[in-house]
Amino acid sequence: MTPAAKRRKRGNGGFVLACLAPALVLFAVFMIVPTVNVFRMSLYTWSGFSPDMRFVGLDNFRRLLDDDQFIRAFQNTVALLVVVTVVTMGMGLFLAAIMTRQKLSGRNLYRFVLYVPNVLSVVVIAAIFSAVYDQENGLLNGALRLLSLDGLQQVWLGNQRIVLYSVAIAMVWQSLGYYMVLYMSSMSSIPEELYEASSLDGASAGKQFFSVTLPLIWQHLRTTLTFFVMSAVNLSFVLVRAMTGGGPDGASEVLLSYMYKQAYTNSSYGYGMAIGVVIFAFSFLVSLLVSRATKREPLQF
Amino acid sequence: MTITRLGRTLTYVLVAAIALAIAVPVAWVLLASFKAKGEFYGSPWTLPAGLRIQNYVDAFVTAHMGQYFLTSVLVTVLGLVFVLAVSIPAAYVIARYEFRGRGLVEVLLLAGLFVNVNYIVVPIFLMLVGWDRSLADVLPGGFFIDNPAVLSLVYAATSIPFSIYLLTAYFRSIPVDYEEAASLDGASRFLVMTRIMLPMARPAVTTVILFNFLAYWNDFIIALTLLPGDGKTLQVGLLNLMTAQKAAADYGRLYAGMVIVIVPVLILYALIQRRLIEGMAAGGVKG
Repeated sequence: MTPAAKRRKRGNGGFVLACLAPALVLFAVFMIVPTVNVFRMSLYTWSGFSPDMRFVGLDNFRRLLDDDQFIRAFQNTVALLVVVTVVTMGMGLFLAAIMTRQKLSGRNLYRFVLYVPNVLSVVVIAAIFSAVYDQENGLLNGALRLLSLDGLQQVWLGNQRIVLYSVAIAMVWQSLGYYMVLYMSSMSSIPEELYEASSLDGASAGKQFFSVTLPLIWQHLRTTLTFFVMSAVNLSFVLVRAMTGGGPDGASEVLLSYMYKQAYTNSSYGYGMAIGVVIFAFSFLVSLLVSRATKREPLQF
Repeated sequence: MTITRLGRTLTYVLVAAIALAIAVPVAWVLLASFKAKGEFYGSPWTLPAGLRIQNYVDAFVTAHMGQYFLTSVLVTVLGLVFVLAVSIPAAYVIARYEFRGRGLVEVLLLAGLFVNVNYIVVPIFLMLVGWDRSLADVLPGGFFIDNPAVLSLVYAATSIPFSIYLLTAYFRSIPVDYEEAASLDGASRFLVMTRIMLPMARPAVTTVILFNFLAYWNDFIIALTLLPGDGKTLQVGLLNLMTAQKAAADYGRLYAGMVIVIVPVLILYALIQRRLIEGMAAGGVKG
């Protein structure tokens, strides 16, 4: 900023405050206060509507350790995160590389189609997948019957051993296009000369992907990974809430859906908020871990 | 050479298969919304007998989707108005003015990017219930719960960090010369902001509108929590329809309801897809 501009900006307190105050008040009331409340309420037992709120210290957290349903929800969340992250990132990178490097014909159409799920709501996606997975009249079982593969038919959302994979497929279906487009934009900024140089050395397309593309978009990949983990924690919840309700028998319960259940159905707000604290800590730790584990010397081009 | 050609063909087949896996279920829902009840028995891979619109009439009128549609439009539009009204001035000031505490404000907003609204929906709900209770003498019917305007306000508030982040970055990229020229001509600070800077920040404002539109229109967790009464949004209405139709095994109405929810978003997406994708590259990441 030039000195003249700085001078102009003295004595602007009133203007600055008027511009800033509405946003900060809203932000404080609906984000900071509730976030602080998650942590504070986790130290109490409270049934919600009664004024009776008792301080119990870390009791809620101690109870969590003995809660089999909570442990199962935790395991499900971790499993979903690992599977969905690996599959979505892998496929997203693969597709983005093909779309940018291979000059695929009709790639605008592909991009259009693949991005569609990202604009659909989770309720719609849940409804679509209910239609796909329906036991009697579902698309999947119907297709298997058409192909005379009746033996492969499954109760996709009713079988405890399968339901988590069914949810994972829906999650990949939803987020694949978004990450593909994201990586396409970062790959398209890699200068063509680098590829030319490496193909003069005789590198195949596959090798180029690992020796040129991947190292150069690595920093971007790291950032998206952090956000991906957090949005997947969230997506798993909304999808489970709309599609399976956590069932059958808790087989698809995830951390956030269990928190929601404890808070509303069970009216144990304090206990629910202790789960909320675990979720906060968990997403923070995972982000930190991911960012540590993927740290490389930044490459420039 | 033949190996690479085989590999190429395989890749193309794979890409096409993935695209089909996404397109087919969506197209199927569109088709199924025209089917009569009897047509849902037997193979799902048949075309509807004709263009029956009875399902749509049922969905719009009997299942109240028409009314829910209006609620959703109201909530979304109000939310966008709120978020723009508070975020644009704040982002402008953060980008252009020196003031005490600016660093703290920026750090808090940045931290806010990482707080997902679904993490904090329970305390928000309890807070609003508490406010209603303390107002019970004045407003026995309650004010904050079941109020679409309050829902819009919550939407707006929880998307402030993202909106300010995007707008601030854009304001910073605009050279200060224009503002200096305008203020030398005697324009007030307010005029400089609204008449000079706002028009120049149009691309960023459009991006903010797009992403927030999708977030508000598609949300159902907050709407489910804050509007427990009859005035539901489209998404919550659809969720209820889904539960009801599953029990009754009458799917036509559900699929018609889904089409009602999908079509406005798809039309918008088709119109502005390039904008959306460019905005994504500019805005970095948002899940």
